Amino acid sequence: MCNVYKAHIAHHKESTLHSETTTMWDYTEKVMELFYNPKNQGVIEASNEEGIATVFGEVGSIACGDALRLHLKIDIAEDRILDARFQTFGCTSAIASSSALTEMIKGMTLDEALNVSNKDIADYLGGLPEAKMHCSVMGQEALEAAIYKYRGIEVEQHDDDDGKLICSCFGISDAKIRRVIIENNLTTAEQVTNYVKAGGGCGTCLTDIEDLIAEVQAEVAAMPVKLAAEIAVSQEKATRPLTTVQKIALIQQVLAEEVRPVLLADGGDVELFDVEGDRVLVSLKGACGSCSSSTATLKIAIEARLQERVLPSLVVEAI
Amino acid sequence: MTVIYLDNNATTKVDPAVLEAMLPYLTELYGNPSSMHSFGGQVGKALKEAREQVATLFGAEEASEIVFTSCGTEGNNTAIRAALAAQPDRRHIITTQVEHPCVLNVCKQLEKQGYRVTYLSVDRQGMLDLMELEAALTGDTALVTIMYANNETGVVFPIETIGAIAKGYGATVHVDAVQVAGKLPLNMKTSTVDMMTISGHKLHAPKGVGALYIRKGFRFRPLLLGGHQERGRRAGTENVPGIIGLGKAAEIASFELKYTGREQRLRDRLEQTILTTIPNTEVNGHPKNRLPNTTNIGFKYIEGEAILLMLNKHGICASSGSACTSGSLEPSHVLRAMGLPYTILHGSIRFSLSRFTTDAEIDRVLDVLPGIVENLRAISPFNSDEADWLQGREEVLV
Repeated sequence: MCNVYKAHIAHHKESTLHSETTTMWDYTEKVMELFYNPKNQGVIEASNEEGIATVFGEVGSIACGDALRLHLKIDIAEDRILDARFQTFGCTSAIASSSALTEMIKGMTLDEALNVSNKDIADYLGGLPEAKMHCSVMGQEALEAAIYKYRGIEVEQHDDDDGKLICSCFGISDAKIRRVIIENNLTTAEQVTNYVKAGGGCGTCLTDIEDLIAEVQAEVAAMPVKLAAEIAVSQEKATRPLTTVQKIALIQQVLAEEVRPVLLADGGDVELFDVEGDRVLVSLKGACGSCSSSTATLKIAIEARLQERVLPSLVVEAI
Repeated sequence: MTVIYLDNNATTKVDPAVLEAMLPYLTELYGNPSSMHSFGGQVGKALKEAREQVATLFGAEEASEIVFTSCGTEGNNTAIRAALAAQPDRRHIITTQVEHPCVLNVCKQLEKQGYRVTYLSVDRQGMLDLMELEAALTGDTALVTIMYANNETGVVFPIETIGAIAKGYGATVHVDAVQVAGKLPLNMKTSTVDMMTISGHKLHAPKGVGALYIRKGFRFRPLLLGGHQERGRRAGTENVPGIIGLGKAAEIASFELKYTGREQRLRDRLEQTILTTIPNTEVNGHPKNRLPNTTNIGFKYIEGEAILLMLNKHGICASSGSACTSGSLEPSHVLRAMGLPYTILHGSIRFSLSRFTTDAEIDRVLDVLPGIVENLRAISPFNSDEADWLQGREEVLV
């Protein structure tokens, strides 16, 4: 037996790799390219240069299996990102997402950078496997953390009222889950797990996540109806004519007393820019500037409130 | 690109001699072994020979103690159900936290059906505490089902001592020996074990065939009902080419058992060189008490999938227990049960060798691996236990 068997070994065909890029995960070529040859890895040392600031933002932890520290070099006068570098602990797609993010944001103003969403990062990479979408979310969050830190905006550890802990395995609050549901139009708990990991540990919160999805979907669906109802109510109330000065003063008062406290609690802010007839021009700041639900904020939190308290014909626009 | 295959605990290459033995049964010898005519009968005769070859590998008293299955999962499912059916009054099962999912998930389902299950813990080196086993055993224990060696770490459990203790309480003993067949000698003649599972594709037979040893006289109940194949213990027309392949693979494995020292020498060289040339690396699992072909190494501060894909670029195949490769978001249940810190958990790589592994292949791994680890560590924000980001997080460092 033995000799026959040895002879066969001598003749056996060598196994070869037919495709280098086919792995368990279906990564795009762009992902593999940025993984094998990552751009902008490393740190940005603090600078003494006039008019230049450096800052870093971090997200994730070694326990979760991925973590990103994003370093920014900022032109203070122009409010512009001059350079971006990353340090990442994580898998192929975490490294590629971090590298992609740094490539994308170089040269952007901070306001432009705050508009970069996790979907933009995934798109830049030609897409990510569903189960790896959380890597793009991590990039977006580190960017936001760095910019908030630079601007001195406290990102509040959401208290029990608006940030109930849903997933205790990965420490994910309902606020974060809501955001990712709205931004990426997610419909299943499995998708939520892919995007923010919530539900991916013990799985006991999966039903809570499903409830949250239903809740968010219902809110989104009810938004136009709620808006119409509020407008109808406010139109009945408002009858008195206002001078322009009175109008502006009243708008300022409502914004200061009723609108800004709500936005500030979420890390955002609003400033009155101008009033032209019934057009109220405002600029959204902080978290509101980057939040994809900022349109909803504008309509529900600001416009509806001003229509109710000041004049039903007011239209609010962001500049 | 030439493949350097160091993932033999996942599956193995079909031995060319095994393939040659199988080929006639995929072509001209297609008869059904259950048929009356001699065209089928000659296949039945080959099946009998294969059963004897597998019985020899098990060190079994009689060939009739061997039942062919489709895989290790089927063998384990069958054995667990059979043990519970044999003593229906007993409602307690003992297993370990580090079993293969095809045992753990059956146990979890049995819990829902009212069984009580004890999952024995392991220590930092992946070893069991036999005092814990003894304390868990009662007159209600129907089954002790424990793996012979762990697929991820290669840590070997003392199954004969476990069997002897369990027998004292009248429990059935089943052992998942999928990772052991062909790596350590089996001797069921003198064993305390009632049932033992093996799988063909882990010992150079093809996928889709396995065997379950069932001690003569054990009150066995089949999982699959139907025809009288396998003497009524596993219905369904036999996977004849697969079984012939498993027979041949078992015959070769029985012979090759004398030479596993060569594999161990290669494994030890790989392991020792990694530990001495790459800083912040640790072997996961007992240093001595392991299969000769397996090493599981934790590369601190970097993540396993990234290491694997870098190795993949060089045609090197290994595996990892990191969350990113497990298909779930949690790292390996085995490494977690060992209580390893997170700095190691996510960066653990398993290299598993076979008798086909060469010195040149090990050299190639040792050539590229230090550079891969260095590059990934250069990207990582963590580079030592003193990294500022890890401070105040003692729970991840333990």
